[in-house]
Amino acid sequence: MKEIEVNTTTINFGPQHPAAHGVLRLVVELDGEVVERAEPHIGLLHRGTEKLIEYKTYLQAVPYFDRLDYVSPMCQEHAFALATEKLLGIEVPQRAQYIRVIFAEITRLLNHLLNIPAYAADIGAVTPFLWCFEEREKLLQFHEAVSGARFHAAYFRPGGVHQDMPEGMEEKLGKHFETLPKFIDDLESLLTHNRILRQRSVDIGVISKDEAIEWGCTGPVLRSAGVPWDLRRSQPYDAYDKVEFEIPVGKKGDCFDRYLVRIEEMRQSISIIQQCLKQIKSGEISVIDNKITPPKRSEMKHSMESLIHHFKLFTEGYRVPEGETYNAVEAPKGEFGVFLVSDGSSKPYRCKIRAPGFAHLQTLDFLSQGHLMADIAAILGSLDIVFGEIDR
Amino acid sequence: MLEELNKIKELNLVTDNKIFYSAVFSKEHLTKLFNELKNNESLGFNQLIDITAIDHPSKEKRFELVYILLSMKQNKRVILKTHLEENDNIDSLTEIFQASNWYERECYDLFGIKFNNHPDLRRIMTDYNFEGFPLRKDFPLTGHTEVRYDDVEKKVVYEPVKLTQEYRDFDYTSPWEGMTKGIDDQSEQE
Repeated sequence: MKEIEVNTTTINFGPQHPAAHGVLRLVVELDGEVVERAEPHIGLLHRGTEKLIEYKTYLQAVPYFDRLDYVSPMCQEHAFALATEKLLGIEVPQRAQYIRVIFAEITRLLNHLLNIPAYAADIGAVTPFLWCFEEREKLLQFHEAVSGARFHAAYFRPGGVHQDMPEGMEEKLGKHFETLPKFIDDLESLLTHNRILRQRSVDIGVISKDEAIEWGCTGPVLRSAGVPWDLRRSQPYDAYDKVEFEIPVGKKGDCFDRYLVRIEEMRQSISIIQQCLKQIKSGEISVIDNKITPPKRSEMKHSMESLIHHFKLFTEGYRVPEGETYNAVEAPKGEFGVFLVSDGSSKPYRCKIRAPGFAHLQTLDFLSQGHLMADIAAILGSLDIVFGEIDR
Repeated sequence: MLEELNKIKELNLVTDNKIFYSAVFSKEHLTKLFNELKNNESLGFNQLIDITAIDHPSKEKRFELVYILLSMKQNKRVILKTHLEENDNIDSLTEIFQASNWYERECYDLFGIKFNNHPDLRRIMTDYNFEGFPLRKDFPLTGHTEVRYDDVEKKVVYEPVKLTQEYRDFDYTSPWEGMTKGIDDQSEQE
């Protein structure tokens, strides 16, 4: 019998590594420079969000969602707000629905404007990073205008949104999104036909339709494999059924397709925002039920009842009828879901957060087998990994 | 769709919640049931979205294990539940859905539910050498140990948690009017 000598090298990658996108520890087994096995060790950013939420009222739980996937905060608040509203049995007013859709799409742009240049930086391009950060800063000003915070907005709350957009905001948004498509064209001129980007990403980390479904992939990763599945279309929430948009799909499911899908999604997001700005009308921005949303500050100055409502809402919080629900939104990274169980008190009994990145990172071992060590950085970048949501 | 699910005899209490169906099954039928759900052409529940658990320490069957499946073909979700005692094991789903690997590891890590025939049942979220199961209701919010860097020993040390202030859990519930109509109506009837 012939003896085969197995000679593999085990390499520790991370947890502090610029291409690890946060705190990922990878134990990689290499045969020469070819990856045989890549085993992610996660949990280095585990903060016990789900446990903490069990000890907080529904309103106090909202800010935790900003801190999960910290580059797309509002989409996650959206999932929690929808789940709570489902349990409360309320529907938010039209204007709030449109505001939510506008800001969910701004969040999607923010996310992709970070992921695309970060991915490009992983495989050698530096300029897009600087360009996109400038654009992100402009979009973050809109976040700041409505919520007072650039990232941790706590803006989408059960019952609607925290406050109305400031005066003149709609025109400002309209103007800004007229110019943004030009920026995306410029960005594409740097990347899409770039030889290095193509060499580093075409046919790297290929996932087929069936494999993507089997591994629980959602969002751009699933669509790049050719599955036209988007929760905004198939299970529309808020005002998504009133806007028209296209779902970009890839052909091969490699890193390059994932990049292209994200670029096209940005264009669609801009179109959604513009449609919303046309359709949005003035009106209430949250349900007018002071048992759920706090009264206006001016009312509290002369109405005793408003004062009591305010006090009760910010101490005990509102009680949510017993029940359980699962609500998912199409977050920029994929299906972000909240499984919420209420026991009838003012605190959630259990709140399970379904993070898209968790499923995506699981496929890393499968995607990187047989590729070179350097391709791991490309695959990681194209999966859009953020540890806040994976480790929770 | 509801009829199709009702035909499967392993499923009990099938209900339609508009955005998803929910049902209960007993743990012995796990493999057979999930094979049926995945491979039945008219159902097509081919994506496993998540596995999680709910802890009810007062109940005899303490854990509710929750499986969330998605059928893209039918555009429907189904939430399946099974009840487990504290020391019960359940079969792993890894042979049917590859995605269940990490979901089951997470359940094991945070709740201590053991899965038979799982290829790699290790902790995933918590620290190396962590003890206890954090999402159980009897696990304290602060945990049992805390870490700090010891300047003398020049290494990170683990110590029992010392709180400078007790954890405060205020009882806000008052005999005054509550916040939810539904609940108040019920209590008035009683």
